[in-house]
Amino acid sequence: MISPSCGMASFAARDYFSLFGLPVRFAIDPAALDSAWRSVQGAVHPDRFAGQGDSQRLLALQYSTQINEAYQTLKEPLRRASYICKLNGLEIEPERNTAMPPEFLAQQMEWRESLEDALAAQDFRAIEQLEMEVCAAITEGEILMEHLLDQSVPDTRRAAEEIRCMMFLVKFSAQLREEKRRVRHGTAANR
Amino acid sequence: MALLQIAEPGESTEPHQRRIAVGIDLGTTHSLVAAVRSGSAQVIPDAQGSCLLPSVVRYGESGVVAVGQTAADAAEFDSANTVISVKRLMGRGLQDATLQKPPYQLSQDSDQSMVRLQTAAGWVSPVEVSAEILKSLRLRAEQFFGLGVSDQLAGAVITVPAYFDDAQRQATKDAARLAGLEVLRLINEPTAAALAYGLDSGAEGLYAIFDLGGGTFDISILRLTKGVFEVIATGGDTALGGDDFDRAVIEDWLASWGFAPDVGGLSGAERRRLAQLARRLKEQLTASADPDACLRQDWVNDAGQVYCAEINRSRFDSVTRHLIERTLGVAQQVIDDAQVTCEDLKGVVLVGGSTRLQGLRLAVEKFFGQAPRVDIDPDRVVAIGAALQANLLAGNKSSSEDWLLLDVLPLSLGLETMGELVEKIIARNTPIPVSQAQEFTTFKDGQTAMMVHVVQGERELVSQCRSLARFELRGIPPMVAGAARIRVTFQVDADGLLSVTASEQSTGVNASVVVKPSYGLSDGEIASMLSEGFSLANEDMKIRALREAQVDAQRLLESLHSALTQDGDLLTSVERAEVDSAIDSLRRSCGGSDLDLLRDRTKHLGLLTDGFAARRMDRAVQQALSGRSIHGVL
Repeated sequence: MISPSCGMASFAARDYFSLFGLPVRFAIDPAALDSAWRSVQGAVHPDRFAGQGDSQRLLALQYSTQINEAYQTLKEPLRRASYICKLNGLEIEPERNTAMPPEFLAQQMEWRESLEDALAAQDFRAIEQLEMEVCAAITEGEILMEHLLDQSVPDTRRAAEEIRCMMFLVKFSAQLREEKRRVRHGTAANR
Repeated sequence: MALLQIAEPGESTEPHQRRIAVGIDLGTTHSLVAAVRSGSAQVIPDAQGSCLLPSVVRYGESGVVAVGQTAADAAEFDSANTVISVKRLMGRGLQDATLQKPPYQLSQDSDQSMVRLQTAAGWVSPVEVSAEILKSLRLRAEQFFGLGVSDQLAGAVITVPAYFDDAQRQATKDAARLAGLEVLRLINEPTAAALAYGLDSGAEGLYAIFDLGGGTFDISILRLTKGVFEVIATGGDTALGGDDFDRAVIEDWLASWGFAPDVGGLSGAERRRLAQLARRLKEQLTASADPDACLRQDWVNDAGQVYCAEINRSRFDSVTRHLIERTLGVAQQVIDDAQVTCEDLKGVVLVGGSTRLQGLRLAVEKFFGQAPRVDIDPDRVVAIGAALQANLLAGNKSSSEDWLLLDVLPLSLGLETMGELVEKIIARNTPIPVSQAQEFTTFKDGQTAMMVHVVQGERELVSQCRSLARFELRGIPPMVAGAARIRVTFQVDADGLLSVTASEQSTGVNASVVVKPSYGLSDGEIASMLSEGFSLANEDMKIRALREAQVDAQRLLESLHSALTQDGDLLTSVERAEVDSAIDSLRRSCGGSDLDLLRDRTKHLGLLTDGFAARRMDRAVQQALSGRSIHGVL
């Protein structure tokens, strides 16, 4: 049998950034990522191997799946940040680390109360306003993340803390989008 | 019968033998088959010259099955044995099917299996009914190209609504197998339309494909960039189409005649007559240039009483407005999911016969703020796109005309957790293929099995999502509660189909997975249908099997030949010698008639070169990145 690798870094062993020919950095050019994804997917997609043997097709499926996994990971800022921490030996494990800074929790409480009020009044504008505030906080977090992770020695400990907070923000902003949709359709959220 | 000459790979075969592959649009009301001929894709007509095959199947008492127009003609007087709109029953259980009030008797084996219909020829499943339609299209194509038992179609690309769930996709694939078709790919209808449209017009940028057919609605937003057709988001309703517009009109008539506004009180024949009348008047109204046209026709019930069915555009619009609004609600959701705005779209392309409705066109134009594109035949574009993809997958394209379809998972996949809640494992609109692993643990000491319930949908409760499958993990080594770690991997392939594997992590034992697809057919059922269904003589079967094995072997040899020419340097001379000798022995058995030997040697060569394939993939990735894609334009 022929072993799968011969000298050059094998696919499975490479990190997600190098799969797309990108440097390991939090600040990323989304257009470059998209275009690299399309090129690499174009080389490994199962449709490229339609007429070939089962094993070649299975291999294409595995590669193509992994390329998509890498793409999804790098595309979303939080997953990208978590992945950089992981490459630096720190797993985020949000379910095991639930401690949050008190000022962050206070801000959360305040936002949740604003949402309750806006929902009670079916006030679309107020929810939109809230969404903008949360989005601004996310953007701020991403700038901080870039600062923490893209320095010569990444501060993964602080980045991890920030990632855990931002996970809440991202979830909350998704909830706000959903509530906006519901209010727009005139149906109160069923709770 | 003479067997085809197997050419030595590389020594050019007789003028490069084209593999004929077809694209099939398996529609709710009509189905089409198309193929690429002398460079362009065209829909294949039947002997009478008609391209659209009505998706209607009639089962006669003597076991005679009629498909298409002859069956459609019988739909009125033999409604109980004539199956129409079977697509709406694919991958569905009794409960869903009953809601559609079809005029047949329905049943199911258990509350988790696919519905069955009683006909004069016995109980049939929607998969078998669809297989009859597909078989009819396959024969049409084979006759058209003059193919026989030994030189079959190279395969088919079959389109499905983008919003079809796993059960509906699997049912479609099963139907194709049953019809004797090799499925090269299932592709989504809007994606097929985008391919046909984009290749034809050279379009680049963001496009929305708005596809309202006879029974299903889809909308996909795609980004077209240099030969890549990338779906950004998709949404739809697999129970919303032209049939529902007809039903709204019928219910309006019934109410105006003083009946209960529900077809449930009518006989099967009455329902069919009324449905055909509604569809006919709707089509006439749509075709009419006069906005104030009022169409009237008498309708006679079984008792001979006459009622006047009347429709004009404003009445039609008002009784169907809620349906149009449903499509726009979905459109808004998809736009939100894609994180774009209507202004970002360079075009909105209408697909499907029901997009001919003026009221719908106006509503779509108002919603998107731009006139939709209607310069393509909305009935044919999906089949054309499928034919183009089939031709590509059959290997008939040169690299300069290459393209790539990148699609997404239409509905989130989730698992049942405590309290009937759904835990999402793969979110909708994730690019496919995709896989996700999830770890489970035992909650009792010594527990050796556990159930996993996979569902698909966006809602939070299991009962509001569609049940896809229940898996039983067995053979878990007995341990204290919580010590076993069972890793279950969910893989969705490029067709949007799910498969599951599991292994116990702490001991490395592979737990076996027993898949019980909800609303599906088991492999055993398919196999027995296949053997029943094929009336081929034994001798023909043998020739067919040998021919298939030879084709497989030849493909492997051909692809290896080009692989070795291109990347032969990836093998050491020792490895190369081993490969060459296996190639030689396979080549020798190609000309013979020893089926088992041929299969063994094909398998051996395949296994031997797995590692080589992996090295080539790695190189392809590297080359793609450095801009020297082996596939040219991408």
